[in-house]
Amino acid sequence: MITIVDYGMGNIRSVQKIFQRLNIQVQITSNHTEILNSSKLLLPGVGHFANGMKKLEETGLREILDQLVLIKKVPIMGICLGMQLMTKNSAEGNVVGLGWVDAQTSRFNFENQNLKIPHMGWNQVDVKKNTAMSNNILAVDLFYFVHSYFVSCNQKEDVLFQSDYGHSFVSGFEKDNIVGVQFHPEKSHSSGMRLIQNFSNK
Amino acid sequence: MFRPRVIPVLLLKGQGLVKTVQFAKHRYIGDPINAVRIFNDLEVDELVFLDILASRENRTISIDIVKQIGDEAFMPFAVGGGIKTSKDALALISAGAEKVILNTAFVENPRIVNEIAALIGNQSVVVSIDVKKNWFGIYQAFSKGGLEKVVETPIDLAMKAEELGAGEIIINSISNDGMMQGYDLELIQQITSAVNIPVVACGGAGKLIHLREGTNKGAHAVAAGSLFVYHGARNAVLINYPEKKELINNFS
Repeated sequence: MITIVDYGMGNIRSVQKIFQRLNIQVQITSNHTEILNSSKLLLPGVGHFANGMKKLEETGLREILDQLVLIKKVPIMGICLGMQLMTKNSAEGNVVGLGWVDAQTSRFNFENQNLKIPHMGWNQVDVKKNTAMSNNILAVDLFYFVHSYFVSCNQKEDVLFQSDYGHSFVSGFEKDNIVGVQFHPEKSHSSGMRLIQNFSNK
Repeated sequence: MFRPRVIPVLLLKGQGLVKTVQFAKHRYIGDPINAVRIFNDLEVDELVFLDILASRENRTISIDIVKQIGDEAFMPFAVGGGIKTSKDALALISAGAEKVILNTAFVENPRIVNEIAALIGNQSVVVSIDVKKNWFGIYQAFSKGGLEKVVETPIDLAMKAEELGAGEIIINSISNDGMMQGYDLELIQQITSAVNIPVVACGGAGKLIHLREGTNKGAHAVAAGSLFVYHGARNAVLINYPEKKELINNFS
C-alpha cells in the first residue's frame, strides 16, 4: 500500500483525497510498522524546515525512512517541504536535512521588485528528463506553488523539472527511487492528478 | 510565465451560498459543495469562502463545511469568517483550507496575525480589509462584515498587516461590491503602493477586462463574486469561469 507519512507537518488530507479520486489505495499513518510495510511513500509537508526535521527525529521516523529509502530503495515522493527535507541542508533555520539528494535549499533572492515572496500561485514546469514521472507532463500544464525557499541540485542529472520565478529553480528532482516536487500536485487539478498517477505507476 | 491568480469569492450564509450587492441584498446562489465540484471541473486557480455572518454572530465559519469543501477541492482555497484565535486557524488548516482570512479579529487584536503566522506560516495568513468610499471621497475601513467603522485608514491597516506578518491582503470595496462596474482602482493603487506583500483586488468586477484593470494597478491577484456566479444581462445564476486561453490572453 502507498503510505502518506504523517509526521505532523501541515495538511495531508488533501493528498489522500487526490489518491482516492484516482481510485488508488492509500493510507495516512505515523505507525512505524505500517510505514515499514509500505510499497511506496509520500512525504508531504508545509511549514518550517527546522521544525520538519525536528518532527522526523522526534517521532523516530527519520531512522526508518533512511532505511526504507536508502537501503530498501522504496519509491518515495516528497511534496513541497517534503522535497526540501530530502536535500542536504536549508537556509531556513540553517539546519541539516535528510541528505538523500545532492542538493540544497536556499531562500529566494532576486532583484525583481514585482515578484513577491513567497512564490505563490500557478507556474509551469520544464521537463528536464523523460522518466515515468514526467510522462504526460506538458509545457502548458500549470502547477500550484507556495514556497519562499527553493531547491538547487548539484548533480544536473537529478533535475526532473525546472521552473522560473525571479530565477530558475528545481521544481522537481528524481534520483533513482527518490522523487521530490516543489509544487502541490494535490492542489493542481488534472496536471497534479497526472503526476500522482505517474508516481503510483513508477 | 506567471499569470495572476483569478479567484472566485463565495459567500456563505448558513449552509448556502449567497451573493451580495454592497454587502446587502443577499441573493441565494446554491449549495457550496456543488459549487466546488463545478469549480473543480472548470479548473479555477483558487477559491475564497467567507462566512459573512460569522463575526456578527460571534462564531467561526463551520469546520464541518470547510472539511467538506476540502474533500472536494483540488485547488487551493482560503476561508474566513469569525476566526479569532490561532486555535481556530489551525483547525481550519487541518480541515483542508490553504489559508485563513482575518478581518474583524485583525482590527480588534492585530497581534493575532503574528501569532497565527508563527503557527501556520505567513503565506497562509490573509488579512482582508473592507472599504467604503464616503460622501467626501474618503476611504473608510469597516469590520464585522461592513457594520462597524474602523478608526485607522485602509492604508494604515494594510501596512500594519504587512508588518505583523500577513502573507497577503484582500482589499474589498463595499461600495463596488455586486455592482459589476469594475474595481475601485484608486483604492487598489493606494494599497498596492503602500505594501510589498501580494494584494488581491476584490469588489466590483463584472467583466474580464476589469480583472486586467486591477492587475494594471498592481494587484497581484484578482477576485470576484458576481462575475463567476452570474450569467447574462439578467444575472441568471450560472457558475462560470474563463477558459485557460481566455485568461492568458486577458493578462498578456
